[in-house]
This record gives sequence, C-alpha cells and structure tokens, in this order.
Amino acid sequence: MPDAGRRPSQQHFVAPFDEDTLGTVDTVDESAAPASLWTEAWRSVRRRPLFWISSTMILLVVLLAIAPSLFTSLDPRFCELKNSFGSPSAGHPFGYDRQGCDIYARTIYGASASVTVGTLTTMLVVLIGSVVGAIAGFYGGWFDALLSRVTDIFFAIPFILAGIVVMTMFKEDRNVLTVVFVLGAFGWPQIARITRGAVLSVKNSEFITASTALGASRVTTLVRHVMPNSAAPIIVTATVSLGIYIVAEATLSFLGIGLPPEITSWGADIAKAQASLRAEPSVLFYPAGALAITVLSFIMMGDVVRDALDPKARNR
Amino acid sequence: MSASTSPDPTAAPQGDVPLLEIRDLDVSFETSTGTVRAVRGGELTIYPGQTVAIVGESGSGKSTLAHAIIGLLPGTGTVTGGSIRFKGEDITHRTDREMVSLRGNEIGLVPQDPMSNLNPVWKIGFQVKEALTANGLDKGVDANTRVAELLAEAGLPDAERRANQYPHEFSGGMRQRALIAIGLAARPSLLIADEPTSALDVTVQRTILDHLAGLTEQLGTAVLFITHDLGLAAERAEHLVVMYRGQVVESGPALQIVSEPRHPYTQRLVSSAPSLASRRIESTKERGEAVLPAAGVAPTDEIMRIEDLTKVFHLRGGRPGAAPTFKAVDDVSFTVRRGTTMAIVGESGSGKSTVANIVLNLLEPTAGRVYFDGVDMSTLNAKALFAFRRRVQPIFQNPYGSLDPMYSIYRTIEEPLRTHRIGDRRSREKKVRELLDMVALPQSTMRRFPNELSGGQRQRIAIARALALEPEMIVCDEAVSALDVLVQAQILRLLNDLQAELGLTYLFITHDLAVVRQIADEVCVMQTGKLVESATTDEVFDNPRQAYTRELLEAIPGRHLDVFGGPGADRTA
Repeated sequence: MPDAGRRPSQQHFVAPFDEDTLGTVDTVDESAAPASLWTEAWRSVRRRPLFWISSTMILLVVLLAIAPSLFTSLDPRFCELKNSFGSPSAGHPFGYDRQGCDIYARTIYGASASVTVGTLTTMLVVLIGSVVGAIAGFYGGWFDALLSRVTDIFFAIPFILAGIVVMTMFKEDRNVLTVVFVLGAFGWPQIARITRGAVLSVKNSEFITASTALGASRVTTLVRHVMPNSAAPIIVTATVSLGIYIVAEATLSFLGIGLPPEITSWGADIAKAQASLRAEPSVLFYPAGALAITVLSFIMMGDVVRDALDPKARNR
Repeated sequence: MSASTSPDPTAAPQGDVPLLEIRDLDVSFETSTGTVRAVRGGELTIYPGQTVAIVGESGSGKSTLAHAIIGLLPGTGTVTGGSIRFKGEDITHRTDREMVSLRGNEIGLVPQDPMSNLNPVWKIGFQVKEALTANGLDKGVDANTRVAELLAEAGLPDAERRANQYPHEFSGGMRQRALIAIGLAARPSLLIADEPTSALDVTVQRTILDHLAGLTEQLGTAVLFITHDLGLAAERAEHLVVMYRGQVVESGPALQIVSEPRHPYTQRLVSSAPSLASRRIESTKERGEAVLPAAGVAPTDEIMRIEDLTKVFHLRGGRPGAAPTFKAVDDVSFTVRRGTTMAIVGESGSGKSTVANIVLNLLEPTAGRVYFDGVDMSTLNAKALFAFRRRVQPIFQNPYGSLDPMYSIYRTIEEPLRTHRIGDRRSREKKVRELLDMVALPQSTMRRFPNELSGGQRQRIAIARALALEPEMIVCDEAVSALDVLVQAQILRLLNDLQAELGLTYLFITHDLAVVRQIADEVCVMQTGKLVESATTDEVFDNPRQAYTRELLEAIPGRHLDVFGGPGADRTA
C-alpha cells in the first residue's frame, strides 16, 4: 500500500542509535561463575529451608548411629525390673519401659541399626539396579526383554510380604546383613526400572550420536555420557527409598523376624511397647517418634534433591 | 479500565481510525533472579485490513508483545506500563473475564506450533466448533455445516470428511490450516499469526501464507504477523516493526525498511538475511585459487563417492516377517570433490538426513556403496572404522542436544582427542585453546558448561569439537537451521573461513536453499528419497531443470522483492 508510510504513527521510525543495545552478536558472559548441573543444583538447594532442616536431622541421626556413646553413658541393655515403667527423672529423660530399660538410651542406640540397614540396602540396591538397568536400557534386545519380565514379576510380589517370607527362613542367624540382603533382593528392580527409563531417554540424545561419530566405543559412551546424565533420577529414587528401607527394617523387627533381640532397634522396641500401649503409651512414643523423624528427614531430602535435579521442576 | 471512545485526533486525515494502537508498552517477567523487562517502550499501530509484521530474533520480545495484546502473557508476565487501545478502547488492564469477549470475536490467534496446539483427543471438527461455541456462533442446526465451510475456506480439501478426523491424521500443513480456520472462525477484525509456518516446509509455508493472505483480504481482517524471517515479513506485510532485545529499533513501510534500513541492527539483519541475492561467501572464492593448488590436489579429486544408495526402514506393526517398509533413500548417487561444499537440499522426509547418517557410518545402507577416499566403507573393520571416524566429523542440527550437558566445554572439545589418544594432557589443553580461538570464543569458555552458552555459541563449540581431530570432511546436518539470522550468518562465514584455511570438504544437509546459495559449490536436490537434480549451485539457481527445484526456489521468502535480489535485481553488482 503506497500510502502506508503517511498514515499517522506509521511513518518510518528509527530508534536512536544506542551502541549499547547492539553490542556484538553473540558474546559469552565471562563474569558469571561457571555452572554445571551440580553447582546449579547446589545453588537451588541451599535456598531451601527444607534442605537445611532435613540435612541437619540426617547428620544428627548419622552421628547417633556412629557414636551413640556421645549422647548417653547408659547401656541400653542394662535393665532393672524395679524400674519398670518408671517415670522420667534426672539422667533418664524418657523414663523406663516394661523391662526397666532406659528408653532414652534405647532410642539413641536404635538409630545405628536403622541407619545401617537403610544405607547399606540403598547402596546394594543402587549398585545392582543401576548396572542391570543401564545394560538393559542401553543394549536392549533379549536382555532388556528378560529384565522387563523379571521386574514385572518382582513388582507383583508385595515388598514386605516377600521380606517376611524370606526372613522366616533365617531362624537363627539373623543379623544386619541378612536383613540388608533380603531387602536388597526385592528392592533392586525398582532402581533398575528407573535407570532403564533414564538411559533410554538419554540414549537417543544427539550428543550420544556425536560421541559415536567421533569414534567412542559403546562401553565408553555408556560410562562417560549415558550414566552421568541418567544419575539424577537414580539419586532421587535412592534418597526417597532410603526412608522406605528404614521403615521396612522396623516393620520386620516389629514382627519379630527382622533383627535379632540382641540388637537394639526401633522396630523391635515399638513391638514391645505395643503390649503395654494402654497402660503406658509414652513407651511407644519415643522409638516411634525417632523412626518417624528419621524417615521424614530422608524423604524430605529426597524431595529437595529431586526439585534441584529435575530441570522441569527447577526454577531458574 | 477507562473506556474512551473518542478517536485519536491525529488519526483524522484519511478518516482512518487505527484498529490497534500500542503506545510505550512495557512488559515484565518476575524471575528468581529479578525482574526481566521483556518489552520496553513497544510501539505498534495497525489499521483495519492492514498486514503488519513484527520481525526479530528469538528473545527479542516479539511474541511477548503480541501476547500482551490478547492478555495471554505466560507465567509471571505483566504489563507494567504504556497502553494498548483496540478500536479506540483501552484494553491494557482488562480483567481476564473482559478479555474473553474480545478473544476470538475481535482478535483471533494462529499459534506457532501446529503439532502441539491441537488437542489430540478431539476431532478437528469438534475443535473448530468449540471456537464457534465459545463465541456464541453455534446457534442453529447448521453448526457442522459451518465447521466444514470454515475448514474448506482455510484450504482443506474434502472438509466435511476431514472434520471427522483426529489431529494425528493430519500433516503439519493441514493442522496449520485447521488452526487458521479456528482463528478466523468468529470473523475477528484482527488476526495475530505467531510464526504460523516456521515449523513447515518452504513449499507448504508458501501455499498456506498465500491462502491466508487471500482469505484475510477477502474478509477485511487485519493481520499481525510475527516472524524471525525478514524476507518473509517484507514479502507479506505492508508495515514492518523490527524488534531487538525488547525494543522497537525501526518501523516503517516494508519496502523502505529492507531497501534502506537506517538502524544498525536492521542494516545487519538485512545484510545477513540469506536470500537468492547472496552469492557464495567471498573467502571461498579466494580459496579456489589460493589453497587448492597449495594443497597440491586437483580440483577434480573426489573424496567421497556414493553409488546407488538405498535405505529401507522396516516399520513397526503388521505381521511378523511382513512388517511394512519405508524407502527413505532410493537409489542415490553423487560424488563430493575434495575441498568443496556439496549441499543436499530437500524438505522434511526427503531422506537427506538418512544419507548423512549413512555417510557418517551411523546407519547401514540397505543397498549401494559409499566410497571414502577410494575405499568402500562397507568393507571397513572396526579398526579401519575408528580411523575413518577421525577423518569425517559431524555437526548436528540442534546445538542444544549435541553437547553433553554434564561435560564442561573443555571436556567436550577434548573428548575426540582423548578417544583417539592424541597428545598428552598439556598438548590437548593447548589444542583446545587453539580451537576456541579458531571459532572466536574466549579461552575462558572452556571452564563453562553448555547450558551457559547461547545456541550460536554451542554450535561453535560443536564446530570446534568437529575440528579437533583435523578431519578432511565435515558433515553438517542442518547445522545452522536452529539459529537466528545474525548468528547463522556468522557461523556460515566461520565455516567458510575454516574451509579456506584448512581445505575442508563439507557435506551440507539443509532444507534452506538460501543458505545453500551462500555456502555450496554443488547441490543435490532430494525429494521423497530420490535425487531429483544435481548440478553446480549456479546452474541450479539460474537454470533449474526440474519442476520441483523451481517450486523450491519460488518458495524462498523475499524472492520477489527487488531489494533481496530476486529475478529483477542486478545480481552481478
């Protein structure tokens, strides 16, 4: 339209030349600190109060597990019946249970079993699950088909029920390691599945093709490119399931088929407290509370980690 | 919500009242790092029936400005200043509810991505009818007839049957037509078309835009056209608004802007716009005389020969053993001469990327042979293949996907050296620094991670990585398609300079003929797996022999503008 230029407010307009807005076409911002996925995750995480609360709690629980004697000088297995259901007193802030054992000491010492079982099981599960899942996802084929069916079968078996059935086979020689192995045996398919999914999505990225095209072997590509990029969902699932394994240990101990009686454990204490629940509910309160707080801290931590590592959830 | 109906006193002379007037508009987004001012002092005027285009690269605020008009700013975006007047009424601070009566009825929108903007679970007809219902136009029993009319009007053949199909049964172009039907369903007086065809092939783009132009002219609808392509904008709009970093840097009549751009940014945009006018980028001309004789090879020396290449894919589904097949590449032969650039051009689905993957030995051909430096690649064993990888390197299309996000730039560029066990730590670091210099990035970049760099910078990193092994041939698979015009021009120049300096051979896969003009010596045109035409660049552009090639050339935006050196321009100048 020839008259377009003459229409009001449609004349040829040129912004004042502001060299500043032009700059160069594409410059690198050299001022900012380099940031990888992990530094960015750390930046996002440290702004979250939930991260500081849960990490403080986890550190405390871990410290309890490593050095319980720092927190109490009492022996959790030294029980005198004359103290049965004794009320809290100086040096014994939580009082005594039915057997006359100091509840404070038992709660402190119970952390060790929970944390050990939780971390060891998680490590075992991540080790088996990520290796199997990565191989299945990356190479595909018959191994993948086999793994998918196996995990399907494992998913059909209720986790705790399987634990109960297998644990009853170990009548005499139950210890922390048997519990870890049993929980691990039924826990790895979950991680394997997550890993497989993550690997499958990373496998089709262009940088994997690029790596192949420049001559990297399949194994190198898997180890150097695929695994680091699939780590985030594995870490998230692992943190959350750590809490679940602690609960599973407590459940088995509650049922009397987890840790043997010589090992102080919150689950076993909860089971014992159940008998005197009506008379003295506070006996149940302390081990149950400690268990709840520990599990909650780990699950909160898993939540924070997921938010930090999941690019979709991350607010930039 | 002041509703002044008195027309702008300055708008009187032709009795012409602006349909839309945007004055000094500011739009801001709240982010965790503070306020981002996406649009600063935006100015825009549209008269009834006029076509106005906003041109700008990604992040220039052009879409934000358009979305502010219909109150569809995403997330935390808010209008923080200025005014938007539509038909004389101030609609700047209308509530969402008041805005609803305006959307569809008065202002229609054709969104950018036809793939994701139709709901996959509803039939096309239902989704068009929805637009009628929302605007109270579905009264009476003939709503379905009306839907068919609208779809037919948007250029869908056999509209009545098509209305009963689902989006997945439509091609990209057909979906875009359905979206146009939806946008125009309620006969708005303004249609905002946000990059309506950037996801489509050039020939499809051309037919759709031709159709849209005819349709809006017939209906008297004003169009606000948003695009990154200056040529396309100049061809389609009367008035251009050029945006850069949230500001309008220049606006005026389309032809005037492209013929005599005054703002430095617009000038650069015009000079970078690839078009038919642009010739082979200069440095290579010099190379033709200087480098080749120095390298001691005859210009006819072929580095790669492809003979009767065929690739058949077996699709999923069907009975075992009788899976449906798809011939992606059908009997393709060509040769690439050392030190030159061979371009393979074609639209999506033409099989050009499949050829690239076979050449890179990432895919096995079903039939045919690829000879590299005289050696049949199908005979290579693992060791020879490893050596081959060192001599042929790829650059991929998507700079956001081709770099490992967990790798620092240093590790990314160093990886090929480490894989091929070249040099020790110190010499590799030196090499990485040299490569960064070569692609014009500061050496300090090597401590950064891909997510800190822009698309163009990432693509330069990808180029540096491809150069690390000092290959003889580089396969560029749509290497500049994802980049903004200015950055694209810069990368093309860089590739050209590197070719002159290092005597590289490029196999350049692209859908963009205008880019081919700038970089290629020879061109192969592919269509549905077949090689349609193969000749030197000049021959293909000046005397296209095949109808399909001519169609592709015709579809290049801006071709008919003299300023871009269409057929009317003096190309020898």
